[in-house]
Amino acid sequence: MSDEILDHITNKEYEFGFVTPIESDKIAAGLNEDVIRLISSKKNEPEWLLNWRLEAYAIWEKMNEPTWAHVQYKKPDFQGISYYAAPKQKPQLNSLDEIDPELRRTMEKLGISMEEQKRLSGVAVDFVMDSVSVATSFKEKLGELGIIFCSISEAIQEHPDLVRKYIGAVVPRTDNFYAALNSAVFTDGSFCYIPKGVRCPMELSTYFRINEGGTGQFERTLVIADEGSYVSYLEGCTAPQRDENQLHAAVVELVALGDAEIKYSTVQNWYPGDKDGKGGVFNFVTKRGLCDGNRSKISWTQVETGSAITWKYPSCILKGDYSVGEFYSVAVTNHMQQADTGTKMIHLGKNTTSTIISKGISAGKSQNSYRGLVQINKSAEHSRNFSQCDSLLMTDRCGAHTFPYIEVKNKSSKVEHEATTSKIGEDQIFYCLQRGLDQEQAISMIVNGYAKEVLNKLPMEFAVEAQKLLAISLEGSVG
Amino acid sequence: MLHIKGLEAKIEDKEILRGLSLDVKPGEVHAIMGPNGSGKSTLASVLAGREDYEVTAGEVQFNGKDLLDMAPEIRSREGLFLAFQYPVEIPGVSNMNFLKAAVAEKRKHLGLEPLSAKEFLKLVSEKSKLVELDGQLANRAVNEGFSGGEKKRNEIFQMAMLEPTLGILDETDSGLDIDALRIVANGVNALRSPERSFVLITHYQRLLDYIVPDFVHVLYKGRIVKSGTKELALELEEKGYDWIKEEVDAHA
Repeated sequence: MSDEILDHITNKEYEFGFVTPIESDKIAAGLNEDVIRLISSKKNEPEWLLNWRLEAYAIWEKMNEPTWAHVQYKKPDFQGISYYAAPKQKPQLNSLDEIDPELRRTMEKLGISMEEQKRLSGVAVDFVMDSVSVATSFKEKLGELGIIFCSISEAIQEHPDLVRKYIGAVVPRTDNFYAALNSAVFTDGSFCYIPKGVRCPMELSTYFRINEGGTGQFERTLVIADEGSYVSYLEGCTAPQRDENQLHAAVVELVALGDAEIKYSTVQNWYPGDKDGKGGVFNFVTKRGLCDGNRSKISWTQVETGSAITWKYPSCILKGDYSVGEFYSVAVTNHMQQADTGTKMIHLGKNTTSTIISKGISAGKSQNSYRGLVQINKSAEHSRNFSQCDSLLMTDRCGAHTFPYIEVKNKSSKVEHEATTSKIGEDQIFYCLQRGLDQEQAISMIVNGYAKEVLNKLPMEFAVEAQKLLAISLEGSVG
Repeated sequence: MLHIKGLEAKIEDKEILRGLSLDVKPGEVHAIMGPNGSGKSTLASVLAGREDYEVTAGEVQFNGKDLLDMAPEIRSREGLFLAFQYPVEIPGVSNMNFLKAAVAEKRKHLGLEPLSAKEFLKLVSEKSKLVELDGQLANRAVNEGFSGGEKKRNEIFQMAMLEPTLGILDETDSGLDIDALRIVANGVNALRSPERSFVLITHYQRLLDYIVPDFVHVLYKGRIVKSGTKELALELEEKGYDWIKEEVDAHA
C-alpha cells in the first residue's frame, strides 16, 4: 500500500475535536464525603440517596482498580478530578429556543440538531451536556402513553419509588471499582420507564458529550421495561479534543420484566487521543441488563470507535425462563487505542438463549481484545449460546486477542463458539481498485461488509452514522 | 489503443516479462496463449497496475496516455477492465452497492452526471441478461458463495456495466463447464464493438471456438515469440507448445 496515503490517513485528526465555550458551574477537584454531600445537596436529593452514595463511597475506598484487562495506561488521579460541573443556564427550559446558543451550535456541528431529529426521525432526544440534562423533547407525546423519559435527577425528584427500587438492582455498588465510584458521585444520566404492555413508538435517544476540561463524567442510566412492553434506546457520543485524559465511568442498568424487550444501541466515538496516544477518553463502563421475567429479551448493539482505553462488557443476566440475551458488537481500534470489550451472558432460567456476535477491527498499533463469559448455571436447563468472535487486522503492527470463558454446569445445554482472525486482503483491495474505487472507498466497503451483521442490528438512522464512523476511523489504515 | 513496447517486469527478484511488445487496435480481439509460467497472468496484472510487480523497462500507451503512470483505479476509470482468473469474495458487500460505487466513480471521472437509481437498475437488468445472471446474484454479496461459473459470469456482467474500451480476460475459461463457457463467451461477443478491444489470456483453444480472435500470440519466457491468426491456436491445440519452445530455445 502507498505509504503516502497511509500517512495522510493515519495522521488525520479527530473531526469532532472542538470545545464549546460555555460558562460552567464547577466544584474544586478532589473526592471525599463532603464532596458527595455537596453533589447530593446541589441536586436536592432525598436522604436515602445521600446515604446510598456515602455507602458506595465507603465501598469504593476499600476497592482497588481492576488490572486484569489487556490494557496499559497511567492510572487516573481520582483526587485530581472535579466531580461536578453543570452548564450555567436558566433552571427551567420549556422550549428549544431557550437553550444556550453555543449549545445549539454544538449540537448542529454534531449533526444532531433537535429540530432535525424531531422532524426527520421522530427521535426524542435527552441531550446530556456534561452532567446536567439540558433539553428533553417529545415528553408530552411519551407522557400520553405513560412513558417516563427524563434525566435521572428529575426521576429522583418525580419518581423516587421507581428509582429507589431499581437503582443498583442490576449493578450493585459492590460490583466493581468503577461502579462503586459511579454510585458515589454520579451527577446525571437518563431514566426511562415503559409501562405494562406499552410499545414505545419511537427510538429513545441520548447524546452524550464530555465538555468541561478535567471533569470526570459519571453517567447513570436506568431503563425499566414493565411487563409486555418494548423500547429501543439509542446512545451516541462524541467528545471534544483534550490533552489530558478524561475519565468516563458510567453505569447503565436495564430491567426487563416478563415478556418485555429492551433494545439498547450505542455508537461511541469519544476522543481516542492523538496518533501518538496522547490524550483521549478512558471509558470504564459497567453496562448490564436483567431479564427478570419469563420470555423477556435484552439486546445490546454497540459500535465502538473512540476512546483511548475501553473497558466495557455489556452483559445480560437471564433470570426468567425462556429469556433471551443478545450482544452485537463492532469495536474498532486505531493508532494507540486499546480496547478490552465483550460481554457476559449469565444463564439462570430454563430454556434461556444467548447470542454473541463480536467483530473486532484493529489498525495502526492498537490492541483490540474480546473478553466474554458464557455461564450456564445448573438451574438453566436446556439453554443455548452461540458465540462468534471475528477479528480483522488492518496492519501487522496491531493486535487482536480473544479471551472466551465458558462455564456450563448442566448437561442439557448447548454452547457453540466460533472465532476467526483475518488480515484485510490485498486481493480484495486490488479487486476494488480495478473496478475504479479508490483505496479509501475500498477499505470502507470491505470493513463495512465485514461488520454488516452487527450494523444491520442498529436502527436505520444510527446505522448510517455508524458506517460513516467506521469509514472515518479506518480509511487507508492498511499497512 | 493499446501499445506495449519492450515491457519488462519482475516480482521480487524474479524477471517474468522480458521485453514484451504488443499492439491492439480498436475493435480487435487478441488471444494470448502460452505454456504455464510464460508470464500470461503477469501481463494482465501489470496492465491492471498490481503493486506486487515492478516494471523495470518498456512503455505502455493506452488510448494515447501513459498507462504505467496511472494508479490502478484511474486505469479502470480510463476504460481498462480486468476479468480476474480468481475473483475474490467480499463478504457483506452487495454486488449492487459495489457496482453502483464503481459506475459512479467512472462517470465522475468522465465528467458525466451520476445515474439515477432508476437508470442504474435499468442498466443492471439489461446487462445481467447478457450473461444469464440470476437477479438474485446481483443482490448477494460480491462473489460470496458463488460457484466458479457464477463468479466468471459476474466478472463479465461487471464488465458490461462498466463499458470499458479494453477488456482483459485472464483465463476466464478456466474451471468452466461447457454451458458456462458458452454463456460467458456469448456475453463477451455481445460486448464486441468497433471501439472495444479485448485481450484474452487463455491456456486452451476451446475458448477461441466461441470467441473468435483476430490475432493469436504465443507468450514464452516473457516475450511474444509467435503471432498469427486463429489458425495458430488450432495448430497449438494439435501440436502443443514444444515445437515453439524448441524453435525459440534454438535461437537463444
